[in-house]
Amino acid sequence: MTEVSVAKEDVAATGELVVLKNVNKHFGALHVLQDIDLTIARGEVVVVIGPSGSGKSTLCRTINRLETIDSGAIAIDGKPLPAEGKALAKLRADVGMVFQSFNLFAHKTVLENVMLGQIKVRKTDKKKAEEKARSLLDRVGVGSQADKYPAQLSGGQQQRVAIARALAMDPKVMLFDEPTSALDPEMINEVLEVMQQLARDGMTMIVVTHEMGFARSAANRVVFMADGKIVEEAVPDQFFSNPRSDRAKDFLSKILHH
Amino acid sequence: MFDFLSDYDNPTLLGAFWMTVKLTFFSGIGSLIWGTLLAAMRVSPVPLMRGFGTAYVNIVRNIPLTVIIIFTSLGLADTFRVTMGSDDFKVQGFRLAILGLATYTAAFVCEAIRSGINTVPLGQAEAARAIGLTFSQNLRLVILPQAFRSVIGPLANVLIALTKNTTVAAAIGVAEAAYLMKTMIENEAAVLLIGAIFAFGFVVLTLPTGLILGWLSKRLAVKR
Repeated sequence: MTEVSVAKEDVAATGELVVLKNVNKHFGALHVLQDIDLTIARGEVVVVIGPSGSGKSTLCRTINRLETIDSGAIAIDGKPLPAEGKALAKLRADVGMVFQSFNLFAHKTVLENVMLGQIKVRKTDKKKAEEKARSLLDRVGVGSQADKYPAQLSGGQQQRVAIARALAMDPKVMLFDEPTSALDPEMINEVLEVMQQLARDGMTMIVVTHEMGFARSAANRVVFMADGKIVEEAVPDQFFSNPRSDRAKDFLSKILHH
Repeated sequence: MFDFLSDYDNPTLLGAFWMTVKLTFFSGIGSLIWGTLLAAMRVSPVPLMRGFGTAYVNIVRNIPLTVIIIFTSLGLADTFRVTMGSDDFKVQGFRLAILGLATYTAAFVCEAIRSGINTVPLGQAEAARAIGLTFSQNLRLVILPQAFRSVIGPLANVLIALTKNTTVAAAIGVAEAAYLMKTMIENEAAVLLIGAIFAFGFVVLTLPTGLILGWLSKRLAVKR
């Protein structure tokens, strides 16, 4: 494990929100997460980057237990992640997730997508849920699409709806699993702008991405993963201008100098 | 040529087909509900439920329907005194036939729905879990509504097969279409005509089922 070199003052920290301790996971013979230790403070924006197959998506998915872990411990807001059942569902409601492939509920309208969790999980009444859904859709800039079905929207619009759907649950932390990787180039910015705004508003975010521009401008900390390990953690400026590990230097030389 | 039809009044031709419709309707509803529950069990995270669902489907769909229907009468009613809430032999037979048909058809409904569940992308279930829906909410609100829409076609097949399978109820004395046909064939010298009449009757029942459900299946298809 490399030493964490983030100056604590840089982080608007009011306590540890997500803590992973010594997490290990295998996919068959592949040791996809190896002794992962990672702590994310409240209000912090952490960007996870690394080559394909480095385990960064898996890491992201273990935090709300869409992937189980073989050993180690994960705690969110001081509570260990429940294994299953109602307790797990309850915890997941507090952890927003945005997927690479959007995963909007295909049989429901955009508005219904954003209302569903509020009504069924938070037990908000319908009128309030709709108000909140509409204001969130306005906030991500797709308010006029509320009555359409997901398939009628562009990828960028769908992803912004997916962000609104996650925000509707008032999550403590938001996970983004390569949110722009499935988008056409001209739609990437509209999604990144929404994420930038979220970061400025103080949302705790864990973002797996290949968007180095976003990492530079919005992240408090960059976590670089390779081959199932966290190789390097640093503030963005330091990481991009002066990476310490050879693996990170190699990675950056491949993506930045073309 | 059709004069002999008016000799039959217990049941009449229409009455017999009405009985076929009633059998189809009630056992159709029963098998849809039970089949959906079975499908839910087969995808459930609880091993005991999965085991039960799998065992049920594999046993029931491999037993001939005739055996099941006759068992409901000779086994359930005569041996175990399951009277289905009626002492009237006819009512009892009707209810037992529905029970048998629903028991049998549910296995096929279950498999149709399960194949529908497999057409719903995994991401849908993950997104539902990620906003905190429980397993049963996930199934009811996200997975099954999409699964149903993708299996309306296969379910139409099951329903058509069920309509024709109701003829087995004649074996326990339910006065539906096949029961009347058998009586007519014994009494009249017009086998071909009688056969044609009943064949036509069933086509009249099942053809619209297939057409309407085929249309619905296109209309309700989930766009991705």
